[in-house]
Amino acid sequence: MTESEESTEDVEDKTEEYSGPTSYGVPVTESHDQVILHPTPAQLLETITLLKEDGFCMAIDVTAVDYLTYPGRKDLPEGLNPERFEVVISLINHEQGKRVRLRVQAGTDNPTVPSLFDLFPGTEAMEREVWDLFGVTFEGHPDHSRILLPDNWEGHPLRKDHEVGRIPVQFSPEVGRH
Amino acid sequence: MVNRKELLLGEPERVFRREESPVLRLNEEEANAAIDETDSLDDDHRMILNMGPSHPSTHGVLRLMLEMEGETILRSKPVIGYLHTGMEKTAEGLSYLQGATNVTRMDYAAPLFSELAFSLTTEKLLNIDVPPRATWIRMLMCELNRVSSHLLFQATNGMDLGAVSMMIYGWREREEVLRFFEKVTGLRMNHNYIRPGGVAADLPEGWREDVKKLLEIIPPRLEEYDTLQTNQPIFRERLQGVGVMNPAEALALSATGPILRSTGYVWDLRRHMPYLAYDEVDFDVVVGTYGDCFDRFAIRLNEIRESLKIIEQILELMPEGDYRIQNKKVTPPPRARIDESMEALIHHFKIFTEGFHVPEGEAYVAVESPRGELGCYIVSDGGPNPYRMHIRGPSFVNLQTLPHLMEGGLIADGVAVISSVDPIMGEVDR
Repeated sequence: MTESEESTEDVEDKTEEYSGPTSYGVPVTESHDQVILHPTPAQLLETITLLKEDGFCMAIDVTAVDYLTYPGRKDLPEGLNPERFEVVISLINHEQGKRVRLRVQAGTDNPTVPSLFDLFPGTEAMEREVWDLFGVTFEGHPDHSRILLPDNWEGHPLRKDHEVGRIPVQFSPEVGRH
Repeated sequence: MVNRKELLLGEPERVFRREESPVLRLNEEEANAAIDETDSLDDDHRMILNMGPSHPSTHGVLRLMLEMEGETILRSKPVIGYLHTGMEKTAEGLSYLQGATNVTRMDYAAPLFSELAFSLTTEKLLNIDVPPRATWIRMLMCELNRVSSHLLFQATNGMDLGAVSMMIYGWREREEVLRFFEKVTGLRMNHNYIRPGGVAADLPEGWREDVKKLLEIIPPRLEEYDTLQTNQPIFRERLQGVGVMNPAEALALSATGPILRSTGYVWDLRRHMPYLAYDEVDFDVVVGTYGDCFDRFAIRLNEIRESLKIIEQILELMPEGDYRIQNKKVTPPPRARIDESMEALIHHFKIFTEGFHVPEGEAYVAVESPRGELGCYIVSDGGPNPYRMHIRGPSFVNLQTLPHLMEGGLIADGVAVISSVDPIMGEVDR
């Protein structure tokens, strides 16, 4: 449902090489009328440089998703290997009033993507947040540290295998009726 | 007085610098070491000063690490996270109907906007359109919320600059708006009023009169604000030419809302990428010229006027009809139906125990909150809870402009800058 019509046409062609529609040199799909590019971490900076030259003047958002417990992912283009961590970057083109979303498969054990700081310094805090909450490394980030949690915090809470945690409540029989 | 024109010159690329950047990139240990070092030194040495998190002018719990030379701020770093409660993680355990009550607690000065972004994203994933009346009610409430949020800014901004009476005036007018919110939603804050599928309840009887009264009360009070603040030389002196930013820097730092518009850059999602029914109302996008604290103040003051203009049009254009979508899978049935229909009882039970299922997919929807672009990104795995819910908080991103705006200014100017960025810490830390 979330895949564009063009990319579903290529399902029969089960080659490893991606042959579906591309944009800016990377596979492109559509979800609810929103354009999504799927660069690899190696292609990311090049793709974003091209997008920036094309008028995408602001990096609106950088976030991530941990697909550890997601049942069967169907919305990735053929030939793209789904990984546990996906970094999601939103760019906006003010002149044309367009948005584009980049979904980067960042890896499973040691998720790493290049930092966008040199292209959009505004991503600094957002990348720190993703590192803090998901443990995704941004190579070349000027201040790769935690932002919301204390420096000595262990773990990355938005990962799916991180427990929510709870405090046991003691109900004492001696306490009278309330 | 500072020549504001001169301040427009300057390096547009200063925000890109890694070395010699105005951002103080030290962790706690390094900062402590630097503090120890400065203890024994002479006057003209640089020192690290901690400001906040409990400081009256930091709007909650913002902490700043400042590198000072005398009273001049050289580099600084906003330290955040004191209000972090893991709301994005919490959202993964709440159904879509409960989700609105979670996000509404993020930006507590403009709670309806978070609810709106969350609801619009959920509706996009559900592929449903809400009835026109629901859309217009949402617009009415959001514009009133923009008014109350900007009134709060007028109050706190005045207080931070020493105009303490302004604080009382701002809160007074805001209270009038909140009284209307209480009548409509039952609560002054954290309304949980805008929900996926529409709004929680129809507008109460007599709402037109109440809104008209607000439209009567507020404009003359804005004139008073002008007398007290805008035209007052001391006030202008405190703000003009302080915390200057040019459009290139604001774009590079992903700043949105009044900060971006203060630089003279015309960008408002309501105008340029309309959502709800903003393409059917007439309003102006207020922009500044110099990108200083005064422009940010003036933009917010005039945005109140523009919002009132929109509200006036909404009063005329408000359509009749349903205030929520009549889709049994999304909207709980009316109380009376539960007594008559077995199905209605089942639907009611399912919606309030398990919640409704949202088809697999992901979507990002953004709205123009009083602070800038407020976006919501939801990934659904087809279940009744979001697989992942992310809020792009404008305050969080805008906070990055602080070191750049404060560089080279005095500490008293720093207070004016924090105030003019208008961060809401609940949204910064989420």
